[in-house]
Amino acid sequence: MATVKLNNIKKVYPNGAEAVCGVSMAIENGEFIVFVGPSGCGKSTMLRMVAGLETITKGDIEIDSKVINNVSPADRDVAMVFQNYALYPHMTVRGNMAYGLKNRGLAKAEINTKVNEAAKMLKIDDYLDRQPNQLSGGQRQRVAMGRAIVREPKVFLFDEPLSNLDAKLRVQMRIEIKRLQRRMGVTSIYVTHDQTEAMTLADRLAVINDGRIEQMGAPIELYNNPKTLFVASFIGAPHINLIPARFENKKLVCGNLKLPGFKNLPEDIELVLGIRPDFLRPDTKGQLEIQVDLVEQHGADNLVYGALKNSSNDTELCFKTTQNTLPDIDSNLKLKFEQKHAMVFNKSTGERLI
Amino acid sequence: MKRVQFEHSTIPYLFIAPQIAIIAIFFIWPAGQAIHQSFLLEDAFGLSSQFVWFRNYVDTIGDAAWLQAAWFTTIFSALVTFLSLGIALLLAVKANEVIRGASTYKTTLMWAYAIAPPVAGLMGNLMFHPLIGDLYKFFNAIGWDFNHKLDSFDAGFVVVLIAVWKQVSVNFIFFLSGLQGISKAVNEAALMDCKSPTRRFWTITFPLLAPTTFFLMVINITYAFFETFGIIDTTTGGAPGGSTNTLVYKVFQDGFRGADLGGSSAQSVVLMIIVLALTIIQFRFIERKVHY
Ligand SMILES: Nc1ncnc2c1ncn2[C@@H]1O[C@H](COP(=O)(O)OP(=O)(O)O)[C@@H](O)[C@H]1O
Ligand SMILES: [Mg+2]
Repeated sequence: MATVKLNNIKKVYPNGAEAVCGVSMAIENGEFIVFVGPSGCGKSTMLRMVAGLETITKGDIEIDSKVINNVSPADRDVAMVFQNYALYPHMTVRGNMAYGLKNRGLAKAEINTKVNEAAKMLKIDDYLDRQPNQLSGGQRQRVAMGRAIVREPKVFLFDEPLSNLDAKLRVQMRIEIKRLQRRMGVTSIYVTHDQTEAMTLADRLAVINDGRIEQMGAPIELYNNPKTLFVASFIGAPHINLIPARFENKKLVCGNLKLPGFKNLPEDIELVLGIRPDFLRPDTKGQLEIQVDLVEQHGADNLVYGALKNSSNDTELCFKTTQNTLPDIDSNLKLKFEQKHAMVFNKSTGERLI
Repeated sequence: MKRVQFEHSTIPYLFIAPQIAIIAIFFIWPAGQAIHQSFLLEDAFGLSSQFVWFRNYVDTIGDAAWLQAAWFTTIFSALVTFLSLGIALLLAVKANEVIRGASTYKTTLMWAYAIAPPVAGLMGNLMFHPLIGDLYKFFNAIGWDFNHKLDSFDAGFVVVLIAVWKQVSVNFIFFLSGLQGISKAVNEAALMDCKSPTRRFWTITFPLLAPTTFFLMVINITYAFFETFGIIDTTTGGAPGGSTNTLVYKVFQDGFRGADLGGSSAQSVVLMIIVLALTIIQFRFIERKVHY
């Protein structure tokens, strides 16, 4: 257990690529932090700087209030789970898990106890004598986790550990990782590009864009109250509805569509109206109208898609509804939203205005 | 492992036919000839020959000169294999650390590979020439009474040096590509699990290079046995006093210079058996310890 602090860290690769441009955060003891963002935004680089696998160009990283910039990876007391597992192919499962402990000079008996314990916890105790190439993807994933767990490190680092698994296993392991982390109470940093993983795992979430933190906070806070267009569109599945608009004569205008109820918006710039699919519902007095073109039945609920009518360009809307709401294809449907659920963003800067 | 069986067709046989023909003409047929010859004793003029059973073999193995050549071959092969693998591995590990320079190193070291053994031998001859050889002068200048024409240790030193120098390049290329084949993430995982670079090398890198090392060992022993012929022929020619005779070189000398066809055939059959035994040992006992 430990606290981790990033103080304005920067990373410029030798080829000049600026991967991380000044990130600061303070991670509490036992907290589960997720870095989420699109591919190439620099989240792995940040994680690898904490691990000691990349040098820190500027700024510093503290673990338990001790600057570790120049501490070797093995001495940082952090353990990492890699995307492709990175198991030692020439060692058995037991060998893989014991390797880090052996190098730290633990007694054989102690190593054995720890390995057995971790293997039991991860349900890999039957495979301890197998080589990694005799295991399935899911089992390898568990071994990789086991290798990190036995070390009992101060910090766990995960770099997209589930992205090589099939969808079902991914969900299962996600739940298991969360449980394990809760039980062990080890401070963890988890990198993913998958917003569902991010939402479900994180105590706090950092949305990364272009080497910077867009917003950081509890998942639900980011969902309900995104500060930028980027966060609003990155967090949430299905994707938030975005309608390009302008503010004219105290109304939000989008083609022939004029929406009242907005005030204090600048008139001379392009805006984006954002409404989450959960907050739209069919209502004959609805402000928006769509022509239904697709209904996805997910079981408990349905997602209805359609083109927004009267708008200047073809905007697709989506809303979430219950199992038995099944509008006909090509039918017209009015949708209502509460004013408090409408978000307005400055299109060019992405800044949230309402 | 069970292989997938495709329907039989003659096309694969057509593809391997040229190879089979080459093996038959250049290996099986001469090998058969050698075995046949090894049981014959010819008169001095090659006019008549007589079937003598194993007399050639007994003469060969009982001969002190042959035993000396066998001993030299053992030492020579062990040294050449060990040194050329060791030096190449060290260079490859260092080159692999500087990813940028790796291709420069690669090309530079590759040059030696393109040199034929006799040419390497001739170059060595120049370097060790008593009048113009820089290395000859250098060794004598640092107080080593060096003379490979007279001293058998010095002569052995020359052929080992040239044979190793020539072979390092091949080994280097294979080691380097072996090193680059080790997953980056595995190296990083090791970096977090083990602080000491030496320990990391022996516990992770070296075992993962084992298939490459094994393959190169087979190649290098074969090289030391057979291909160094050209080097020995152009440098020492087996001198002084046959002390740098390898088994292969002795076969050549006895057969072509000494015109003892029966004897040299027997030697080459013995050599064939030794190589066969060595190969079996390598695959049986060492390969088992190699993880692919
Ligand atoms: N070793 C490297 N050398 C140069 N540029 C790199 C290197 N690794 C990553 N980058 C660049 O840094 C940026 C961030 O990479 P990364 O942290 O791997 O992104 P993510 O994990 O968010 O997908 C990318 O633009 C990538 O091209
Ligand atoms: Mg990444």
